[in-house]
Formats: sequence, structure tokens, C-alpha cells
Amino acid sequence: MSGATSGDTAAKSLPLILARELAANLATPMFLLDSAGMLVFYNDAAALLIGKPFGELDTLSGVEFGGLLQLCDPDGEPVRGRDTPSGIAYFERRPGHKTLVATGFDGVRRTVNATAYPLFATADELHGVVTVFWPAEAP
Amino acid sequence: MRAQVWGCRGSLATPGADTVRYGGNTSCVEVQLESGETLVLDAGTGMRSLGVEMMRDLPAEIHVLLTHLHLDHLQGLGFFRPLFQAGTTVHLWGPASPVQSLAERIALYLSPPLFPVRLTDIPARVVFHDEPDDLTIGSASIRASKVAHQGPTVGYRIEEAGRTLAYIPDHEPSPGGRLDDQPAEWISGHDVAHGADVLFHDAQYGDDEYPTHVGWGHSCIDHVIGFAQKADVGTLLLFHHDPYHTDEELELLLADARRRWNGDGDRVGLAREGMTVELDRGGVRISG
Repeated sequence: MSGATSGDTAAKSLPLILARELAANLATPMFLLDSAGMLVFYNDAAALLIGKPFGELDTLSGVEFGGLLQLCDPDGEPVRGRDTPSGIAYFERRPGHKTLVATGFDGVRRTVNATAYPLFATADELHGVVTVFWPAEAP
Repeated sequence: MRAQVWGCRGSLATPGADTVRYGGNTSCVEVQLESGETLVLDAGTGMRSLGVEMMRDLPAEIHVLLTHLHLDHLQGLGFFRPLFQAGTTVHLWGPASPVQSLAERIALYLSPPLFPVRLTDIPARVVFHDEPDDLTIGSASIRASKVAHQGPTVGYRIEEAGRTLAYIPDHEPSPGGRLDDQPAEWISGHDVAHGADVLFHDAQYGDDEYPTHVGWGHSCIDHVIGFAQKADVGTLLLFHHDPYHTDEELELLLADARRRWNGDGDRVGLAREGMTVELDRGGVRISG
């Protein structure tokens, strides 16, 4: 996951723009990776769980983002970036779902359910990845 | 290049006493390039009279650039006389869908029971070009980019001789929201309109009408002014007039738009049938 950056001022593709618009209007935590695997947005609901607004984050890839959150499984085993739901969606081009433990920038460890899916405009044209997550204890 | 408006009404052809000044035909703009080629932006009902005019000196090739396939942008195609002239080549450029080609999508309209003549029976040679992106026609460089509307839709950016014409007739750049705090690269259509000398842009609703039409794929005055200013366009021409808006109501919308354009409201106008826009090294001239 490297290439474009979230600071890249090149025009974003319409599927990504629409996904960001959707995320910005949802109370469900959501983040977006672009076609290069870079983290390009997360919404205010996600910021509450992550512990930092998106605008305060440096440019980083989805894998680096997962590393910052110290992702592990419920047994405490670290989860590689490509084995997270967003990694599965990006690298394997299919939906992914897992329960993960994430440590936010506020130092709080939270168990979350995460679901990710790739954004295809055509059968083989990946525009990015959408990931939603929510606290595992929530109904 | 020289552009002429043959239709600028949105959604539905609206002839009548209340629409005489700005016209009732739906979207169709002819663009004559310096190199001689003819482009036709959209195939709304304005295309019928354009076709009649083109028959006086019929070009061998015509390029029709469709933004999308809603009927108000397609209905004139079946009444475009050059299509019924053997020996003419009509290039149809437009968006495919993820599951259907452009030809398959257009054939849904140009076939019974919606239309008596099948696409395959048209005498002219029709060449389909799915998913235009960056293309060159004659002396013009043309860019088509997907924009936010309803279904697959593009806007066109036409550059020739150092001048740029942008055409985004159907567009809701920020459904339900505002554009002020959006980074430019995250605004649908910004890459089409940025720095254009002239922008034809959707202005279907007054701001008071928009709340009941969020998500319908069209802009209100607040959107179009915010979009055009952020894109730093030279002249904004309000386009795709709502079929329920009379001439007088359109002029009220124009006055509202001009008030909002910081300091130089004369850079905003209403597209009208018969309007011509000339863009060349000498500048931009609008008449009609």
C-alpha cells in the first residue's frame, strides 16, 4: 500500500467522493482507503473511537494506520495489516469481516467489529476500500 | 471555438408563453471547433432544430458527446436528421454503466415500444465510444470526468486555442451539504471546471426549493455559485432550468446568483436558446 498520499491534491474519483460524502453524513464510524491503499478519510464518528480527528493525522497508508492502532485479535495476537478487513478488501479484492482489538490515540483499548469492502467502478477497476467498524459490545 | 445553445431547459421540454425568453427545449449545445469539426453536447429536444440547421451544410462526421442518458438529454437523438442520412458518420460518446455498454443503454430508448425506429435501422453510420476519458477531436482536447448526479454521468471540459469551455448540465456537487469547507480535490466536477473561461452548469433549484430535492442530482444557486467560485471560472452560465420556472422566476434566480458572486455579478448569466459563446485568443464573447 504505497503511492498516492492523503495530501495528494489530484482529483479524487467519483466513487471515492461519494463514499466520503456518505461517511461524512453517517454516525457509523467509517474510514476510506484510496486505490493506492492510502488512508484518505475517516468520519467524526470514527474519530471518537480512534481518539484523534482525521485532519490531525499525518499522511499514512492503511497498513501504517493499522499499525498505529496496534491491531490484534481478541486473544491478543497481533493482526498483520493485510489480514485486517480493510487489508483483505484491498489486497484480495473481496469483503472482509473480523473482531479486532484496537488501541486508540487516547490509549484506550477497544474491541470492535469491522467490515470492509472494495469499491469497484467496473469489474477490475478498484477505486478504494470502505471500512465500517463499531464497538463489539454494541447491539 | 463557438458554442450555440439549442436547448437549456432541464428535465422536460417546456414550450409556452412563460418560457419564451430562455426557451423550452432540453439540453443541447453545438460547439464548432476552429479545425472545422462539429461537437454536439447532449441530445435533448433542442437537437431537433440543430439537426434541421445542420442539413444545410451537412458535415461528414459529427461528434455527439452525451453527459448521461436521462431522457431530457437523449430524446432529440431520434429526431436528429443527420442520423437519417446515409453517408454521415455520427460518433456517440457517453458513459456506459457497470453492466451495459453505451449502445445497449441507448437502444433501450431507440427501440419499440418507446420509439418506432430501432438503433440498428438508422441509415447513418453510428460509432459508439464508451467511457470517454481524455480524447482529442480536431483541434480540441476534451476531458470527460464522472460527476455526481443520478447514475453514470460525466461533465466535459473542452480546450482549444488556450480557451476552455466546461459543460456540467446535471450535477449535485455536495448532496445536502455545503462546499465551503471541502478541499477542491474532493469536489465532484472540480477537475472539469477548474479555471474554465466559461462554465455551463446545472442551476435547477432556488435555495428554498432544494431541501425537498436533496439527492435528486441537481444544484441550487448556493451550490452553483460555491462550485464556480471554488473552480475560479471566468463566466458562469446557469443551465438546466427547472421546467416549473418561468422566465420571470429565472431572472429572480439570476439576480440572487449575481448578488452572491463576490463583487462581479456580471460574470453570471442565464443560458438561453440561441445564445452564442465565442472563445478564442481574442477572448470570450457572449451574445444572443
